[in-house]
Amino acid sequence: MSSIVSLKRVAKRYQRGKQTVEVLHSLDLEIEAGDFVALMGPSGSGKTTLLNLIGGLDRPSEGEVSVGGQRIDRLSGSALARFRARHIGFVFQFYNLMPMLSAQANVELPLLLTSLSAGKRHQHALTALQIVGLAERAKHKPAELSGGQAQRVAIARALVADPTLLVCDEPTGDLDRKTADEILGLLQLLNREHGKTIIMVTHDPKAAEYAKHILHMDKGTLAPQAVA
Amino acid sequence: MKYLPLLWASLWRKKLRTLFTALSIIIAFLLFGMLQGVNNAFNRTIELSNVNRLIVISKIALTESLPFSYTQQIESLPGVARVCYQSWFGSYYQDPKNFVFAFPVDPERMFEVYSEFKLPPEQLEAFKHTRSGAVVGADLAREYGWKIGDRVPLHSTIWTRKADGQSDWSFDIVGIYTVPSDRSQENQFFFQHEYFDEARAFARGTVGWFAVLIKDPNQAAAIGAAIDKLFANSQNETKAQTEKEFQMGFLKQIGDIQFIVTRILIAVFVALLFATGSTMTQSVRERIPELAVLKTLGFSDTRVLLLVLAEAVLLCLLSAAAGLALATALFPKLKNMLQVVELPAEVVFAGLGMALLLALAIGLPPAWRAMRLNIVDALAGR
Ligand SMILES: Nc1ncnc2c1ncn2[C@@H]1O[C@H](COP(=O)(O)OP(=O)(O)OP(=O)(O)O)[C@@H](O)[C@H]1O
Ligand SMILES: [Mg+2]
Repeated sequence: MSSIVSLKRVAKRYQRGKQTVEVLHSLDLEIEAGDFVALMGPSGSGKTTLLNLIGGLDRPSEGEVSVGGQRIDRLSGSALARFRARHIGFVFQFYNLMPMLSAQANVELPLLLTSLSAGKRHQHALTALQIVGLAERAKHKPAELSGGQAQRVAIARALVADPTLLVCDEPTGDLDRKTADEILGLLQLLNREHGKTIIMVTHDPKAAEYAKHILHMDKGTLAPQAVA
Repeated sequence: MKYLPLLWASLWRKKLRTLFTALSIIIAFLLFGMLQGVNNAFNRTIELSNVNRLIVISKIALTESLPFSYTQQIESLPGVARVCYQSWFGSYYQDPKNFVFAFPVDPERMFEVYSEFKLPPEQLEAFKHTRSGAVVGADLAREYGWKIGDRVPLHSTIWTRKADGQSDWSFDIVGIYTVPSDRSQENQFFFQHEYFDEARAFARGTVGWFAVLIKDPNQAAAIGAAIDKLFANSQNETKAQTEKEFQMGFLKQIGDIQFIVTRILIAVFVALLFATGSTMTQSVRERIPELAVLKTLGFSDTRVLLLVLAEAVLLCLLSAAAGLALATALFPKLKNMLQVVELPAEVVFAGLGMALLLALAIGLPPAWRAMRLNIVDALAGR
């Protein structure tokens, strides 16, 4: 079994004033390459926290986190930044695009960290926008896009550097049913056609249906894995 | 370089605010350029002053005149090579704002004592032999398009003519001098003292001051003392100084320029520091979520720090460059006051250096904050 994500006895604790709160309790998780996993659970159960650990945005208090065969739980800040640039594409609920940059420039942002020439960056960004079906909006600013379109741009940005893993935190949380379905269809396409491994947090059981597997989280622990 | 579009876009996120900040920096550096330029010009005048020359003025005041007869008396002192005299004519050409530095002189003596002033021999001859003749600096001639043979009227704010009681004088240009060692001296206007002395309505037989060429600069103090001693207890006591001392004393009368300039600039820059510093801090604070996203994408903490800092540097350097360019364009307008033709390059470089310091001062605190920014907290809006 080739696990692309592997968590072993991972705990995460936060300091709240004098108290220490454990948000994740000795958690084990394996995700295979090419999987599409939906992570569900009540608010405050630790979904975002888990996603942040997998995406290299944060480090666990205890345990091991490996992504693409690389241990990331003890990496330095700058090594983690390099790891994120190379391996992770993030999609957030509120798109998090740069308001002053065009769709195209937003998509190009991750490529600034590569040694690609300006022409190649441009080309890659356009390709990514084509994949999400938004090439004709390349010159538009985020404010000129609908929520669904903005989220497509965000997905294009997550894709553009060809990451190992797409990490999505409630990507359809801010969208209506129809638009949400379009976005989920797109993620599914990326998973099926482009072989992208995807982990997606969602509250929406309909959204979870698009995934191959659903993980349930409650109070910092994962329920045994079930097949969707 | 590839970050430039990102920097540029970030900078203009709030157009009006950035424009305002840029404008205040432009104005500050315009001021810096002009004031520092004036300061620099004065210092340069002092540096370039000749150590071979003594200036002899009335002990009472710079504006008090001295008897013409002193010329021979000073010249007969040991160590003195040659003496020339000048007077303040205080004149303008056509319009009061066209101020002209004009001086009645003895042609031969003048160009001997001021040997760095170059005048072709045949023009000097013409100057000596033309009663209403005048010799003008190349720069001045260029400014008004004067040529040899032109008749030029000057209006004196001091001297009236005995013949008609009028203050309008006219001169025939017979020569154009140059000062290869200091082009800023090429804006003066010399005419015959003899003609002036005969024609003026009052104060005949006097001159404004003497310039004394000495044989050995090391003897300057001794010769100066000898001159003052010669006229001690007379009606017109003198004060002899080296040219350098004289220039410094003259500038002191205007006020301690350096002191004033420095104070003004400190005040301006402190104000600028607070104004731009707070807008910079505010603009970065507003962009915390965006900076967090950049970090999410894999921009390292250092890179984010550098981006914010580069933004400050870009803003400060561009605005300062605009302000200094404006100063460079406007500075020559002060020519009539300063005898300096253009803003010295060293002022421009000093300005750009200041801009860089300013950028670091206002950029570092927010850049530091951006660097320390915790992604998870920032994304969660904590
Ligand atoms: N930096 C932090 N400091 C203190 N507590 C934190 C921090 N981050 C998360 N928590 C706490 O950890 C718990 C899990 O948070 P997390 O954001 O992972 O939940 P979630 O499952 O994503 O919830 P939601 O569905 O509302 O997004 C919450 O109780 C939260 O308050
Ligand atoms: Mg969450």
